[in-house]
Amino acid sequence: METIIREGSPKTPYVRLDSEKGLIEIKGRSIPENSVEFYKPLIDWLDKYGTGPLEVTNVNVQLEYFNTSSSKCILDIFKKLELIYKKGSKVQINWYYEEDDEDMFEAGEDYQSIINIPFTMIEMEE
Amino acid sequence: MGFDIDKWYLQKMQGEVIVRYMGEICSEKITETLNAIESSLNLKNEKNQTRKKVYNVFVECIQNLFHHVDTPPATANVEASPRFGVIILAKDSYFYRISTGNYVNLSKVNLIRDRIDQINSLSDEELKSLYRDILGNEVISYKGGAGLGMLDIVRKTGNKLEYSIYPHDDDFVFFAMDVYIS
Repeated sequence: METIIREGSPKTPYVRLDSEKGLIEIKGRSIPENSVEFYKPLIDWLDKYGTGPLEVTNVNVQLEYFNTSSSKCILDIFKKLELIYKKGSKVQINWYYEEDDEDMFEAGEDYQSIINIPFTMIEMEE
Repeated sequence: MGFDIDKWYLQKMQGEVIVRYMGEICSEKITETLNAIESSLNLKNEKNQTRKKVYNVFVECIQNLFHHVDTPPATANVEASPRFGVIILAKDSYFYRISTGNYVNLSKVNLIRDRIDQINSLSDEELKSLYRDILGNEVISYKGGAGLGMLDIVRKTGNKLEYSIYPHDDDFVFFAMDVYIS
């Protein structure tokens, strides 16, 4: 399976989807007007990865900003990961937030309340 | 003679204006205004938390216009763009204010008013739980919005949405909203 790497832009995040390492990373900002267009290929990749995932998949999400239209797409990613987890593979989500960023902390809590996967909140110093 | 948009615009220019825009709300213009906010000295000197909040809420406000504005009526004294809107970010002594304005077809006014009044009536806990409910259960709308924009603004600012509806002609009103970030 190919590894997808997207460099970050002013409105879209850096993304790495690496099937060899079982590593998924989303970093930066996600504020496109049309978030479905950006996330659809990533969700399709996860569908494919889900058919033969590694024993352990690590997911690092470190967002500076994201809009509500992206929030749905990020949830779709987590839902795909939840399917993988339910089938018996290990999935670990790490949600990074800056120490004084209550909004990003709460956003992590929102996802944690909806998704049943081990979810770790990691505070970063500014 | 309809709604006097220029007079309204002038009234909203109080305080230190950081960004102001009147015209077509397109993707490029959104990028431009966001760049202007990032280079604003006022915001650079703010606490990280405030800077991020202002930026985030501004994104929701301008993209809300992008996804939902109606084409202004021919009777309005503005450029004829299918996505016409106004947005102003200003700093008054203790808070930031984001003011938006757009023409709305009369048929939609009650829907918007009801939605905002409902959101304004919720407690913090109710807001959180409604947000999670919509995030977890609803599908994304055909316009690309997630139905979460207004809720997100109220949650992040902790303030109610203030709005005014001004009559324009038989078919349109002008809808103006003020969002405060303390």
